[in-house]
Amino acid sequence: MIQWGFNINQPRAINLDKNDRLVADRILEQMPELEACIACGSCTATCTAGNLTSFNFRKVHTLVRRGEYKGAYEEMNKCMLCGKCRLVCPRGINTRGVVLLIKQELGDY
Amino acid sequence: MSHKVIVVGGGIAGMQTALSLAERGIQPLLLEKSERIGGKLTGWHQLFPSFTPASEVLGDLSARLKDSGAEVRTNSEVRKIDKQGVELTDGTSLEADAVVVCSGFDLFNARLKEEYGYGIYPNVYTSADLEAMFNENRVLTAEGKKPQRIALLHCVGSRDEKVGQRHCSRVCCITGVKQAIELKKLYPTADIYNFYMDIRMFGPGYEEMYRQAQQEYGIHFVRGRISEASETIDHRVQIKAEDTLVGRPLKMTVDMLILLIGMKPGESNRRFAENSAIKLAPSNFVQPHDSFLHNVCSEAPNIFYAGTVTAPKNVGESLNEAITAADRVAQYLSARQ
Ligand SMILES: Cc1cc2nc3c(=O)[nH]c(=O)nc-3n(C[C@H](O)[C@H](O)[C@H](O)COP(=O)(O)OP(=O)(O)OC[C@H]3O[C@@H](n4cnc5c(N)ncnc54)[C@H](O)[C@@H]3O)c2cc1C
Ligand code: SF4
Ligand code: SF4
Ligand code: SF4
Repeated sequence: MIQWGFNINQPRAINLDKNDRLVADRILEQMPELEACIACGSCTATCTAGNLTSFNFRKVHTLVRRGEYKGAYEEMNKCMLCGKCRLVCPRGINTRGVVLLIKQELGDY
Repeated sequence: MSHKVIVVGGGIAGMQTALSLAERGIQPLLLEKSERIGGKLTGWHQLFPSFTPASEVLGDLSARLKDSGAEVRTNSEVRKIDKQGVELTDGTSLEADAVVVCSGFDLFNARLKEEYGYGIYPNVYTSADLEAMFNENRVLTAEGKKPQRIALLHCVGSRDEKVGQRHCSRVCCITGVKQAIELKKLYPTADIYNFYMDIRMFGPGYEEMYRQAQQEYGIHFVRGRISEASETIDHRVQIKAEDTLVGRPLKMTVDMLILLIGMKPGESNRRFAENSAIKLAPSNFVQPHDSFLHNVCSEAPNIFYAGTVTAPKNVGESLNEAITAADRVAQYLSARQ
């Protein structure tokens, strides 16, 4: 097929009318403190994986909380479960547990 | 010897000033422009951070004021403040040895932010409207339905050059958190989103309340300012923002949009400032002599300030200033003798 250099972009907006929050709510039910994240970025700053790859733990879990699950499981696979993020989180969130929880809930998404 | 001190404005700051003066044996005259005292608190339901009914605070203060014998005159709007005393809008001049200005703040007119559709779309409300709805025990959409999805927008008419308000109104962040919790208590299955630019939790217990809102009440906080609101065919409100923490646009439809309106400088301030001893800050709030040892003082020895006339403040801060101002008045009067 001839490639004309044109394509159709998917809308980039997070559409909370369409997103299914079911999984997000299930995650938050099991770990309500994740909602207390103040987006300080300490976890990402200290993250072993994030310093070597494009992995941004804060951003991925924020997207999951908005019901944006696409790619989240694959992203979380970059985590090495070292637990450094948990040592720095000022809100005391079990961040390493968040990685495991998201992987568990989204495994077959 | 009884001195006469005029207190301008019968909000909580004016009430407390008059009360503290009377307790010191100084005869105050409290002048209030509307038909009743209490100021903005007469419109609030429960106060942050403890959910104490505003009526309880006002009731207690009113009763003590009444017992103190302080003279209160309602329907008396002060137009001018001069060396000898004050002049009312009906032309009456009243003499006083000292004047304490407690004329408070005005609420921002949300219609000026036309992009949010206040006064155009029936399901867009202000935080003050919501307080009234709580007081009437009727928080329903314009169609009389129970809201299942509510958004609260921070900084409406604050930190916004486009409406000439550069200052932060301080109390709206915590008001947004408080109202979100109250809404969630009323409708536990509702989804509640707060759209904020910065979260400013300046008072004791406020940060804790914010965390409680997040963790215990599951209120969602999205960092981003709603850029516009529009109405859907079924009178719901569609909003657009950027979820700045993930760098993507976000849109959603809500049953109610609550605008957390800011504090505007009181409209009397400009007229009061015709007196050269009363200075205005660039924000048009009244500028006290300094922010430290003379924070209730004007440039004249016998004109004082208390409460939100000088800047956005919460109830506790306004009351504390009233007591300080009364103390300064007493010092001034005794030094003069
Ligand atoms: C939406 C909202 C919710 C809030 N909720 C809380 C809360 O839960 N807890 C808390 O701590 N704080 C709260 N606040 C802040 C609180 O309202 C203020 O701290 C308080 O009202 C300040 O009292 P004041 O006496 O300085 O001013 P005001 O309440 O504005 O009173 C001023 C009085 O002066 C009168 N006046 C004005 N000009 C004249 C004139 N020229 N002559 C005579 N009289 C005049 C007015 O009619 C009014 O009665 C809230 C504020 C907002 C905007
Ligand atoms: S546990 Fe995972 S997310 Fe946390 S610092 Fe280690 S690699 Fe990063
Ligand atoms: S360290 Fe904790 S509070 Fe900070 S962004 Fe990460 S999860 Fe959120
Ligand atoms: S207190 Fe919060 S909502 Fe109010 S103006 Fe300041 S930052 Fe905005």
